[in-house]
Amino acid sequence: MLAKRIIPCLDVKDGRVVKGVNFVNLRDAGDPVELAALYDQEGADELVFLDISASNEGRATMVEVVKQTAGEISIPFTVGGGISQVEDMKRILRAGADKIGINTAAVLNPDLISGGAKHFGSQCIVVAVDAKYNEELKDWEVYTHGGQKGTGLRAIQWVQEAEARGAGEILLTSMEADGTKDGFDLSLTKAVSNAVGIPVIASGGAGKVSHFYDVFTQGQADAALAATIFHYKEIAIPDLKKDLKSRGVEIR
Amino acid sequence: MAIAIVDYGMGNLHSVSKAVERLGYEGLVTGGASAILGADGVVLPGVGAFGDAMAHLRGTGLDTVVRQAAANGTPLLGICLGMQLLFDESEEHGRNEGLGLLPGRAVRFAGGSYKVPHMGWNRLAFLQPESPLLAGLDEGYVYFVHSYHVEPQAAADLLAVTDYGHPVTAIVGRNNVYGMQFHPEKSGELGMSLLRSFLALAQGDGLS
Repeated sequence: MLAKRIIPCLDVKDGRVVKGVNFVNLRDAGDPVELAALYDQEGADELVFLDISASNEGRATMVEVVKQTAGEISIPFTVGGGISQVEDMKRILRAGADKIGINTAAVLNPDLISGGAKHFGSQCIVVAVDAKYNEELKDWEVYTHGGQKGTGLRAIQWVQEAEARGAGEILLTSMEADGTKDGFDLSLTKAVSNAVGIPVIASGGAGKVSHFYDVFTQGQADAALAATIFHYKEIAIPDLKKDLKSRGVEIR
Repeated sequence: MAIAIVDYGMGNLHSVSKAVERLGYEGLVTGGASAILGADGVVLPGVGAFGDAMAHLRGTGLDTVVRQAAANGTPLLGICLGMQLLFDESEEHGRNEGLGLLPGRAVRFAGGSYKVPHMGWNRLAFLQPESPLLAGLDEGYVYFVHSYHVEPQAAADLLAVTDYGHPVTAIVGRNNVYGMQFHPEKSGELGMSLLRSFLALAQGDGLS
């Protein structure tokens, strides 16, 4: 049986780790390569780098960060942010990343999912979805552009389309839960997990050890992602994994 | 001592070569016949589709070179798709012929209640713990990413399996030819230990 995965997320801007609270308010938290190596040692199962650089120089720096990280760590990592073409994917994968995360670009151009899957295999293509409950739709709606634009797309339909187009994994962020530390959105996570046959990484809202237990059991997530609580050592990964293991969750 | 990492235009070669270097060996990413045939060990990596990979290997003539290296007795390690390529054939996107170094074929996961690709950390069960690749190591988790799995014809070639609804081929070996379905270079400490065992074989101190 597969182990549930614990995934720290590093937001990187111009080669430095930052973390946004509800997508704004950036704080500098250090060197991405060093932090990645530390998480590897602590037992993180995988890492996600989100490149939030706005400039071409920043993106070029990211390729360097990927190269250095690949040389330092022995766990898989995903790189997302600013990837809008198959060529961008190739550059990042050649630099040593294992998977590519696409969000807005996939919504604007769903062929990017199929194109990426065809070139590199589904296992390389992670479709990131930012979702928020829409009272009028009575359903979760997909947001793009860092959570700023509603698309009218229903999250459940979108993840199913992404899977049909060849996505290998869904990185699901609840915009309501993100930054609250009140726990993952269990109903959203469960709904998405049940809607697709590919792994789902739950993101947004982690504040306590029990939140991870809840999202793996009730939420039926395959992996859980968090940033702040790991970066600021509010939860240490070895303690988290020990606790989950003692409660019967399959953990590496 | 140099380890040739076969570059045929596919896959994540950087991570494999860095892992080899971290273990203290020279990792040479190369598509050159003489470099591969002159190496102490050969790693055949692979990400992507079986048919494309074989087409690339044939197109560059590296299929013959890899077979030759294996015939010369050079320790050869296929990783992920590289392991599947060692076998006779795969049913990925129609039927495709492999390198034929080990008897058996790659077939697609049936799916059902198990998600495909089989992606993530799964636990190894050693079937032949006395194998030079596994000797002295403890069973543990390694990182898998694949939609097809290998059914070896000879039980003797199967060194370790993992459970994903049924026993799934994880490590194979016959004489100097080895394969790992998971990514040892992405599998934390256990992965590095397995890679170290293979490199020790290449160095010649792993065999009696």
